[in-house]
Amino acid sequence: MLQEIGVSSVDELFRDVPEKFRNVEFKLPPPLSELELKEELRQLSSRNANLQDYVCFLGAGHYLHFIPSVIGHITGRSEFYTAYTPYQAEVSQGTLQTIYEYQSLVCQLTGMEVSNAGMYDGSTAAAEAALMACRITKRSKAAVLSTVNPRYSEVIDTYANGHNVPLEKVEPDLEGLSTDCACLIVQQPNFFGYFEDLGAYAQKAHDVGALLIVIVDPISLALFKSPGEYDADIVVAEGQALGSPTSFGGPGLGIFTCRKEYMRQMPGRIAGKTVDVDGKPGYVLTLATREQHIRRERATSNICTNEALVALATTVYLAALGKRGLRQVAELCYHKAHYAADAIGKLKGYSLVFQQPFFKEFVVRCPVAPQQVNEALFKEKIIGGLDLSGTIDNSMLLCVTEVNTKQDIDRLVEILGAL
Amino acid sequence: MGHHYLLPDISRPGKIGCSLPALDVAPSDLPPEELLRQELELPEVSEVELVRYFTALSKLNYGVDTGFYPLGSCTMKYNPKWHEDVAKLPGFTSIHPYQPIDSVQGALQLMFELQEYLAEITGMSATSLAPMAGAQGELASILMVKAYYQARGDTMRRRILVPDSAHGTNPATAAMCGFEISAVPSDSEGNLDLKAFEPMMNEEVATLTLTLPTTLGLFDPQILEISQLIHERGGLLCGDGANLNSLLGKVKFGDLGFDCIQLNLHKTFSTPHGGGGPGSGPVCVKSNLTDFLPSPLVRKNGKEYTLTSPTKSIGSLGAAYGNFGVMVKAYAYIRSLGAEGLKEVSENAVLNANYLKEKLKAYYHLPYDRTCMHEVVFSGKRQKARGVHTVDIAKRLIDYGFHPPTVYFPLVVDEALMTEPNETESKETLDAYIDAMKEIAREADENPEILHTAPHNTPVRRLDEVTAARKPDLRWEMGNQKTKD
Amino acid sequence: MNPKEYKYTEEHEWICPEGGDRGKAGLTDYAQTQLGDLVYLDLPEPGTEVEQFKKMAEIESVKAVADFFAPASGKVIEVNQDAIDDPAVVNQDPYGEGWLVELELSKPSELDALMDSDKYDNFVAELEAEAEEEEPEEKEG
Repeated sequence: MLQEIGVSSVDELFRDVPEKFRNVEFKLPPPLSELELKEELRQLSSRNANLQDYVCFLGAGHYLHFIPSVIGHITGRSEFYTAYTPYQAEVSQGTLQTIYEYQSLVCQLTGMEVSNAGMYDGSTAAAEAALMACRITKRSKAAVLSTVNPRYSEVIDTYANGHNVPLEKVEPDLEGLSTDCACLIVQQPNFFGYFEDLGAYAQKAHDVGALLIVIVDPISLALFKSPGEYDADIVVAEGQALGSPTSFGGPGLGIFTCRKEYMRQMPGRIAGKTVDVDGKPGYVLTLATREQHIRRERATSNICTNEALVALATTVYLAALGKRGLRQVAELCYHKAHYAADAIGKLKGYSLVFQQPFFKEFVVRCPVAPQQVNEALFKEKIIGGLDLSGTIDNSMLLCVTEVNTKQDIDRLVEILGAL
Repeated sequence: MGHHYLLPDISRPGKIGCSLPALDVAPSDLPPEELLRQELELPEVSEVELVRYFTALSKLNYGVDTGFYPLGSCTMKYNPKWHEDVAKLPGFTSIHPYQPIDSVQGALQLMFELQEYLAEITGMSATSLAPMAGAQGELASILMVKAYYQARGDTMRRRILVPDSAHGTNPATAAMCGFEISAVPSDSEGNLDLKAFEPMMNEEVATLTLTLPTTLGLFDPQILEISQLIHERGGLLCGDGANLNSLLGKVKFGDLGFDCIQLNLHKTFSTPHGGGGPGSGPVCVKSNLTDFLPSPLVRKNGKEYTLTSPTKSIGSLGAAYGNFGVMVKAYAYIRSLGAEGLKEVSENAVLNANYLKEKLKAYYHLPYDRTCMHEVVFSGKRQKARGVHTVDIAKRLIDYGFHPPTVYFPLVVDEALMTEPNETESKETLDAYIDAMKEIAREADENPEILHTAPHNTPVRRLDEVTAARKPDLRWEMGNQKTKD
Repeated sequence: MNPKEYKYTEEHEWICPEGGDRGKAGLTDYAQTQLGDLVYLDLPEPGTEVEQFKKMAEIESVKAVADFFAPASGKVIEVNQDAIDDPAVVNQDPYGEGWLVELELSKPSELDALMDSDKYDNFVAELEAEAEEEEPEEKEG
């Protein structure tokens, strides 16, 4: 090959690189064979307490839900996972049609009219929604409710900062809501697990000409009213709970849906249905003029690669569970969480901090520091709730899903009661 | 054909594709009626139907495991299966980001070591693994540049320079950070036009975002002059590391004068592309920018690993720590290859691209006839004279069993065909591709019609993108949706 | 080919003066050919004030976005809803049914700065000649 190129060594092909910086030394560990690598990583992984060995009552945006085996078998098909962005539609109908199914399914769930193919995670979806609201209303201020996941507010702040868009934090009474806000961002159920008056928020936001952006728990939407029914404008969510493992927080999936009238302001890829030259139905990436490769500095976002394989997992999950299954999962979460909350609320020294209706997460005030509670739980191979002491004294955010059994919950209550 | 129906078409009431346990606790009262959903319409299918449906769909796809995939700048290299398997270990998949820190020391160790390896590979001081894709890594870079100048009280720097050959994410990112953008022309060699660049690089410019090698697949030999000029005038040099596959294990970006660079683990470091993600876009910086890195960083104290936030961090880019599941695969890749192995990657990538260049330049116009790096950009200009466009060439390649190269990018080349063979392809595969391209060149001369009507052998043929954009059909609907008008 | 009564800009917009200081405006045949099949028109609301040569609308094809610059200053009285509903009409009949906006001109003398149809014909002919020159000689493989 070198002969055909006309050089005598591969290094000659690097002639444009300044010589003193070519072939420098790299201090990296020596290579491992497959056997050695597997052993090395197995050891690394065993130094983590994983949720197959530990019972989990921790949520706060990342959830341990049941993942049917069928999902892994489909996402594990290499035609799906070794493909890339479906630029050549004729050889990417698998990817494109699943995106179309995904877009349809999440719209059914959120009550919105259109969806994109997904974004990085729930928090960046919320951030991009805020920027989209600014474009639509031609305003440059955003408001976020204090009951939104603080990690999400941080991310929205990072993005808003980039655009020099001030981010106002407002309380649920909305006293501080400016009349020149582009959007009001709320979470339902909120970070503390309970439901707020979305209808009132929609009303107040629209009164000042702002869009209502709702961050939802997608599993809750099988039991509770969708934000679409409350007049929301943009609905986003973290899709990890729909068929993907917690994976130390990533990869996740930013579900992004909105009203049809805002379709051309949506960031991200979108798949659309069309026909080919023979009249056969097929799918293509469409409305590409919103995106960076065409609009460049005037694009709706710089996003390119997103979370396609996670979206595929979500699609298979929703198809596998279907209407009844998802409802059943939601009910299991609801009843188990309420069973746990009731029992804990009755323990001496413990109390439920909020009285509003909740879904699968609730805040509990403890008689001792939550850190101490969690240490005791961990010894018994249980992961306790998120320590909220910084925000609410001596409190933790507990989460119960369909994977927690009655025995798990009873054990939790028993240990808490002994403290 | 399994793909002409959709889930609602095979949905039947009462079917379900999984099994769930019964409720094992006494049920509680449901919340008030006005909170509850009346109707959720989702398809109902059995597991076997679901498996057949998605299996049929997968067969309509072309991936790296199907065949040669020379999509330029995407680095579609082979993904070793053992890296897939180690990433599936429960100790990596089934851990929660907020569980006690001492219960995830293995994960943090992996991240810490990956931070170190990437810094070493790029010749930088520090790494943040937080960005979840290349574009988000670019965002981090530009936000850091912005924060850097704000911290110095320098309010003049409101402009970012971007070569005219730049990927669209570069100007899009600059705009997301409130900067004005100016394009710097390329010269006739495909390098940055230094004469045009020099007067543009003034005290209003925060940074030049440079992909190296460029999107033309060319290494700009003026790089040291460029970085020197920028630094002399108080600016920063940001790297877009999309093309790192050409320099892996051989050259350090830090040595060339870059202040920061974002990487694509799903390109250079062989984590799978997923049909469009998940990716991972870590950013590496020199010491002048370490304080501004996006949170969190993993720090090592003795034998313990913790998460920290740099003092002047630009903030968080996601709800957790980045795409950990992708990091595991990149870590495995680096541990599998070592320094020597990484060097072989770039050498073979560059060798393969130059081989393609030499063998095809007689058949396709080569805008820059010089040594290329890991990718080569041809132009379909010669065939255009016969009324055959690059899109036709690409579609005809599909008939020959190959995924086409990137087309119509970079914009500075008319009818561009950006071809990146990768190091994981054998000479036999490259020769087969060369033969197909030669055939197509001949067909363009003798039988252009067959290219205009290509592809012929695919499940669907050329699709009507115009109607798709005029009358968007973005979803099916089931049941009565209670959305307000 | 290009209507004689119309006036033309270097950015390939046309304006057809009508009585009473009004005029319809749109894209020239050259513009629609360059852009290809149009898919979406982002036109301003009636009542919007526009300034000559400043961007007033966006025209989209599948793979491109083009800015539409006002050929003259004034106020938008009407937009072509038929064209918005079906942008294909702009490709098919750019000078007739494919008009984009109707303007009430605030400074009708601005039209003097625009090209008449002969000048525009030459302008386009030159552009096309330049494009021809860039084509390489044919090389045998």
